[in-house]
Amino acid sequence: MHSTRKSESGAPPLPQAGFRGWLNRRTGLDNLLRTALDEPIPGGARFAYIFGSGLLFIFISQVITGIFLALYYVPSADHAHTTVDYITKAVTAGSFLRSLHAYGASAMVVVLFLHLTQTYVYGAYKGRRELLWLSGCALFGLVLAMAFTGYLLPWDQRAYFATAVGTNAVSEIPWIGESIKRLMRGGTEMGTLTISRFFVAHIFLIPAVIFALVASHIFLFRKAGAAGPINEDPFHPKQKAELFYPRQVLMDLSLTALLIIGLGLLCFFVPVQLGPPANPADAQYIPRPEWYYLPIFQWLKYWHGSGAIIGVLVIPTFLVIAITALPFLDRSIERRPWKRPAAMGAYAFVVFVLVGLGLRSQYLDRNDSGVAQQLAKQRAEEDDYARKPFEPQLSSASLAAANVTLADPLAAKGKVIFEGQSCNACHGDGGVGTAAAPALVGIGTKFSPDQLAELFKHPTAKMNAGGMPPIDLPPDDLKALIAYVESLK
Amino acid sequence: MVEDAGHLESGTPIPSGSRLSLESRRSFLGALVAVGGLFVSALLSVPLIRFALFPLLRRTTDLKDSPVGALTDFSSSTEPVMRTIQIEQVDGWRKVVSEKAVYVTKDSQGKLRVLTSICPHLGCTVPWNKERSQFICPCHGATFSPDGARVSGPSLRGMDTLETSVQDGQLQVRFQYFRQLVSDKEVIG
Repeated sequence: MHSTRKSESGAPPLPQAGFRGWLNRRTGLDNLLRTALDEPIPGGARFAYIFGSGLLFIFISQVITGIFLALYYVPSADHAHTTVDYITKAVTAGSFLRSLHAYGASAMVVVLFLHLTQTYVYGAYKGRRELLWLSGCALFGLVLAMAFTGYLLPWDQRAYFATAVGTNAVSEIPWIGESIKRLMRGGTEMGTLTISRFFVAHIFLIPAVIFALVASHIFLFRKAGAAGPINEDPFHPKQKAELFYPRQVLMDLSLTALLIIGLGLLCFFVPVQLGPPANPADAQYIPRPEWYYLPIFQWLKYWHGSGAIIGVLVIPTFLVIAITALPFLDRSIERRPWKRPAAMGAYAFVVFVLVGLGLRSQYLDRNDSGVAQQLAKQRAEEDDYARKPFEPQLSSASLAAANVTLADPLAAKGKVIFEGQSCNACHGDGGVGTAAAPALVGIGTKFSPDQLAELFKHPTAKMNAGGMPPIDLPPDDLKALIAYVESLK
Repeated sequence: MVEDAGHLESGTPIPSGSRLSLESRRSFLGALVAVGGLFVSALLSVPLIRFALFPLLRRTTDLKDSPVGALTDFSSSTEPVMRTIQIEQVDGWRKVVSEKAVYVTKDSQGKLRVLTSICPHLGCTVPWNKERSQFICPCHGATFSPDGARVSGPSLRGMDTLETSVQDGQLQVRFQYFRQLVSDKEVIG
């Protein structure tokens, strides 16, 4: 029964024995593999085509390292920085994995740019590839959104202030900007709700959409077929085709190997640092975004006041529309770059402006002595912090934290009496309550000091039945005890 | 050559004669790629495994010994002395500092012994009753002798002794919690 189906080529079916045959008869794995690997590439395999699978590799690496980082990370303003510090300084291989995740984001942007450039220069968006292009554009935006949301999560000075600037820039959008900023931040200011929002976006929402779009992108790519070289007909390829496997696979794997080696060495020798925890009150801190956001950062500096709408909204919107609508606007089947001067010129111009803006931003920082000094100081603070050993965070349930509230000496004296009289025997340390007696926390809001004094001296019948004895103390001690009980919150 | 065999006119089926040799060459290379891929994946998963197994290979929770006081403070005492100790518990990236009352007393041979003040019956704090020279729990009336042995009441065992050590003349104690309502002393987690 099995293996009787003829193969596509009409050749006699190969007998399949052993585990491979067993598995194949149940899963159709061989067909699946064949479909994946026997994709025809018009004009043959080339190194120019390797960037797509490079992106897929980095994406998978980001997913895996991200999941592992979540083993220790806690998304809250109280714990985010401590847990990232713990990952970096205490957990074995933590610094390496965190660096892999952080540098992976940069690598993603670099390879994404190369993938986009190759597609653009080769005119590979032509010939019924509009949806393929659109899904790619959406993925580009989502990758930048991942970089933006992930950047905040360590909650150090750098992360905090870069995101403060980033979310502030959003509020420059007329009419709805302020609302969007508040929606992103979860309030008017940056805080623990901002971390929650960025965390949910970073690990649930955006990845879910990316998974769906990567699947569509690959599906649409296979449906349209590989576009091939620049002199190929984008609709009906005529050149001799070579299958994806083996040569293109090996070329793609060579990029993967390069990425693994490059990122591995970088993460091992120059691990990503964690700076001091975010201090929103630090009025001197000069925020700087990650390198791939520098051009936008510099661009926004030029637009202020009434004309801001042009730079903040009109030009970027126009650019985004022009890029996404490209396959609808450029309908010719001509793919040779030298025959598409307008398209090539526009692309070169945009890249030139972006690089120029980035370099300009760096140049300005270096040549403004005040800024350069402050930036150097910030870097020095980061280095200092990176050298400090990890110190566990004092839990808010701790005694030291509880004693902070006992600034009142009368309440502090009352605490000694509370423990000396064994009130904590039944009511628990700090009046948290036990199986034997109820909690006293918050009782100050229910009873006035006079009422409490009365209850202490003459417990109600119910209290008596529960084992509460009348308290017989000198008036000063009773006052102190009441002050302490009132302070329990 | 494998490369040549891979080339085909678009739409033309692979000549059936070359199918077998092509297949075998391709599967040899395939095996090579698969083995290489497995090797690299295994290599890459080393940091992941080390990262995930960190709490198993290293101590991530720690209970530090708490200082109780100088040995000389207790040498002349004739009855249990209550001391409040600070306990620092490290729990992964956080630590909890709390206070607990303990009694420094002496066993039948006159050696120092530290008792937790938590009643082994239901966990109330047991005060020392000077007049009756006994520990008497205010909750359910369990009584214990000065060295912590059970005398009467609902408790199934005597008061729990804590591990002690001496460092530079300072008495140190390792605070632990014990299961209540059982006759044998049993450390809780």
